[in-house]
Amino acid sequence: MSTKTVSTNALRNAGSSGQSGDKIFSTASLLAGCLILAVLFSVAIFLLGQALPTFAADPADISGGNGFFSYIWPIVIGTVIAATIALILATPVGIGVALFISHYAPRRLAQGFGYLIDLLAAIPSVVYGAWGYAVLAPQLALAYNWLATNLGWIPIFEGPASNTGRTMLTAGIVLAVMVLPIITSLSREIFLQTPKLHEEASLALGATRWEMIKMSVLPFARPGIISAAMLGLGRALGETMAVALVLSGGALTASLIQTGNQTIAAEIALNFPEAFGLRLSELIAAGLVLFVITLAVNVIARWIISRHKEFSGAN
Amino acid sequence: MSKRIDVKDLNVYYSKFLAVEDVNVTIEARSVTAFIGPSGCGKSTFLRTLNRMHEVIPGARVEGEVLLDGDDLYDDGVDPVHVRSQIGMVFQRPNPFPTMSIRDNVLAGVKLNSKRISKSDADALVEKSLRGANLWNEVKDRLARPGSGLSGGQQQRLCIARAIAVSPEVILMDEPCSALDPISTLAIEDLINELKNDYTVAIVTHNMQQAARVSDKTAFFNIAATGKPGKLIEFGPTTDIFNNPKEKSTEDYVSGRFG
Repeated sequence: MSTKTVSTNALRNAGSSGQSGDKIFSTASLLAGCLILAVLFSVAIFLLGQALPTFAADPADISGGNGFFSYIWPIVIGTVIAATIALILATPVGIGVALFISHYAPRRLAQGFGYLIDLLAAIPSVVYGAWGYAVLAPQLALAYNWLATNLGWIPIFEGPASNTGRTMLTAGIVLAVMVLPIITSLSREIFLQTPKLHEEASLALGATRWEMIKMSVLPFARPGIISAAMLGLGRALGETMAVALVLSGGALTASLIQTGNQTIAAEIALNFPEAFGLRLSELIAAGLVLFVITLAVNVIARWIISRHKEFSGAN
Repeated sequence: MSKRIDVKDLNVYYSKFLAVEDVNVTIEARSVTAFIGPSGCGKSTFLRTLNRMHEVIPGARVEGEVLLDGDDLYDDGVDPVHVRSQIGMVFQRPNPFPTMSIRDNVLAGVKLNSKRISKSDADALVEKSLRGANLWNEVKDRLARPGSGLSGGQQQRLCIARAIAVSPEVILMDEPCSALDPISTLAIEDLINELKNDYTVAIVTHNMQQAARVSDKTAFFNIAATGKPGKLIEFGPTTDIFNNPKEKSTEDYVSGRFG
């Protein structure tokens, strides 16, 4: 075996024509993969480098005068609240609409409906912001008054309600409308991919359509729904323009119908134009925190998906 | 726990297209009836009309009658969901629910319609169904494991266990062994022989030896040409179909001259 016969193996040098194409493609995909890492890495380095002065500064010099932590945590909470409201509202609606399109609507109607939902995703966020500010908020102000009088004992509905309606709840609702198309179209694609085999398995046992969906479609789509919700959450966390326009920000309050609260992205956008020196560094540090939150959310989502890997049907 | 099926003058359509024409067949209770024929002759389509599974495909409809002990499956006001809970089906490729454990797979049909079942009853039913499908000894120590981790033949027997767990009147099998190796096939065939003690079984198969081995009666379907409807050519006791067919095309098919 080890004796070196000088390339008498006819298999050795044959078929190299296909190999160059293969090599180019594998190099290209490797480069693309590295590029993503490089971009992510340089964003992280930029944020870290620019944010560093904030952490080194005297706590009294930071906005609010009590150090970076007490500056950042109210807007972290605000960001999480806004995104959570959006997700709680948009996920069930998105799944419902996606199921309607994939399994209930007549085919022709479903197609038109699908396009319509996709169109929602194409509307720029500033338009959503303007709509929330000019149309939705005044309408909701009335509802908020009602909530404050009747359900005011629940801390999140504590009065006095904002008269303009430009509150956290309004911002959350606008965000929900914005992430709805993401959740809907991703869920729809996944529902449509449910193997016919599994749908027929439940139908043949005497399942109704809803039971078939519970038995076959939703379990199959579960990781996809989580991914869709996480993508939606990513957009809700980072959304800047709509929140900046809708929310009349302020200090952290538990009530969602009073003026107050702020999100990181809106805080940065509203203050960035006039910021310099330490203030600029502060805002970039806030951006770094947002970056970390988004990363953490995605890691948690991956973990949730992988917990049930054995039962996913991928094996 | 088993009923007969009488099919009278059945035509099956996909929208305008006539797929299967004028079938008259009687499937006796507690027996195995095999449907054989070349690809595309409509035998699977016909089988699926026996529990209204063909309705999953948009535009599919039938004319004629399918009587389950005298009751027409296609009467107005008959819910296909109810029909399917009485007439179970096993498919060509094993299709256990991938997200469910072996135990939950067996109980899947029982838990439908929000039926409640106590844990001890459920345990007993799981054991009975898996024993009925000759699978109990192989899986009794791993009932909580996913059903998709079993071999193909085991998965198919799990699907049979799932079908018999709801105690149907009839079990339809659509080429249940075509994705399995010879040993698994043998296990399923043995099982079919046992199932006919309690159930009415109808099986579509591509494998003529299999039809000869497992069935009491055989129906031969054929198609004149592509685009023409499939027809029932001959129906009779399996021994007659294979040894003494009346029709020329049946003889050609069972002797391997075509198809």
